[in-house]
Amino acid sequence: MTSTDGSESPTAAMTTPRPERRWRRDETGVRRFTRAEKWVHRSFTVLMGVCVFTAACLYLPELAEIVGRRRLIVTVHEWSGILLPVPVVLGLLSRAYRADLRRLGRYFPHDGKWLGTALRLRRREPTLAGKFNAGQKLNANFVAGAVLVMIGTGLIMWFPRLTPLVWRTGATFVHDWLALLLAAVITGHVYFAASDPEARRGLRTGYVPRWWVRSQHVLWRTGEPEQPATEHSAREPERPAPEPE
Amino acid sequence: MSNHSSGHSPGRPPGDAAGDEHLPRTARDLPKDPPRKRARKGAEDPAQDPELGRGSPVGRRLVLGMLGLGAAGVAVGGSMQDRIDSVLASVSAKDPTGVTGLLPGGGGFRFYSVSESIPHRGEDDYRLTIGGLVDRPVSYRLADLRALPQVHLVRDVQCVTGWRVPRTAFSGVRLSTLLDAAGVKSSGTALHFTCFDGVYTESLTLEQARRGDMLVALTMDGKPVTAAHGGPVRLYAAPMYFYKSAKWLSGITVTKDVQPGYWEHYGYDVDGWVGKSNGRHDDPTS
Repeated sequence: MTSTDGSESPTAAMTTPRPERRWRRDETGVRRFTRAEKWVHRSFTVLMGVCVFTAACLYLPELAEIVGRRRLIVTVHEWSGILLPVPVVLGLLSRAYRADLRRLGRYFPHDGKWLGTALRLRRREPTLAGKFNAGQKLNANFVAGAVLVMIGTGLIMWFPRLTPLVWRTGATFVHDWLALLLAAVITGHVYFAASDPEARRGLRTGYVPRWWVRSQHVLWRTGEPEQPATEHSAREPERPAPEPE
Repeated sequence: MSNHSSGHSPGRPPGDAAGDEHLPRTARDLPKDPPRKRARKGAEDPAQDPELGRGSPVGRRLVLGMLGLGAAGVAVGGSMQDRIDSVLASVSAKDPTGVTGLLPGGGGFRFYSVSESIPHRGEDDYRLTIGGLVDRPVSYRLADLRALPQVHLVRDVQCVTGWRVPRTAFSGVRLSTLLDAAGVKSSGTALHFTCFDGVYTESLTLEQARRGDMLVALTMDGKPVTAAHGGPVRLYAAPMYFYKSAKWLSGITVTKDVQPGYWEHYGYDVDGWVGKSNGRHDDPTS
């Protein structure tokens, strides 16, 4: 119970006074994200957060009345928006990040089945999920496309003299409605994250527990030495159960 | 492809060459299998990595598709928003929750303020001073302004950012009434407006200001102008974009030249006629 594959010192847990902390350090085992990936996600989150908050201040009358300072808010909104691709582009320097982008952009037959199951049965089927399930892939692709469209339409409004009026009203139309859609998608993203502490841990520490991978992302081959599948399932669960004193 | 991969031994570690990862370990019967079936087989084999290999580039298609949709939206968005506006206008008239008011084009005013918070002044502390190149500088309290002849106008409000509120009623004192009372000196050609939010400024030429539809407004839609809408007293420049109608008006200075106002320092036109400035072609507000 105390020893898992990948753990360096199987007996150490018996003597450690704070077993849960120890579990976090090394029994979590599976590397999901490198430092570069965590950094990209964090910077993108901060920029997106600022962008969405300033958008709300510009758009919702109740917030606008509290916050005021319209000129400043507009400037912050414009710059946080235009900078959104920067963490992604810098992330391309990391090999692990490029590999994850590839995973997010490419769909396999199990992804189609995952989406079918989600649509028909309202269920997120972990046995059809790789490192990212098809919903996470869709989310990433949608946000990527949406950010580019928001930047394009935003630039048209930022520099109004460069384009004819019909473009500007069209850009306002796209920017406004896509913003609502994006807000809904972000809400969903945050909702799913809020209900999955292990996924959040993965983005915070880079590591996820092995049992979580086996129960949530069954098709993800983590690249660590595989043992016969039956042996794994016999030893489940490997949840952070309180250690015997 | 089949020739090339059939040479691999069954024990070869999976995924070390792009394109070959889905191959089952026994590659003998491969040529008969269509590529998609092979991929599916790979997914069911626990030892194979179902995520390696090419898959289909759905992500790229999605992003490109969204870019295409975005461009199409920019092209046709103007007329679509017009149609949505009319639908939303009829829905929001019957919507007790006010949710439709939050949708784009849901109608109603958008609150714009450049200052830190909404300033409040009332009966006791509000003053409108008129100075500069005038014979008789004067300071009005709210009651003084109410005692002057009131003019009632019902026009559309048009914002330079595109939103429009149809048939909004304003009433107040004509600017020309106040100017005549103060007596403009012959050297004065323009007005400079200051506001008690401490930030906003506006301007009009004397000729523009003397029009009958330029008001110092005290009521909006039959009620005293609220603080959020720029009360207790705001400018109402009916034929111009709404940024000309300065909120929280507290000072009128007659000047020798036009001094551009707050937004006009950021590229908006000083002569903000609706439909004839800022590169826009909106219908007139009356």
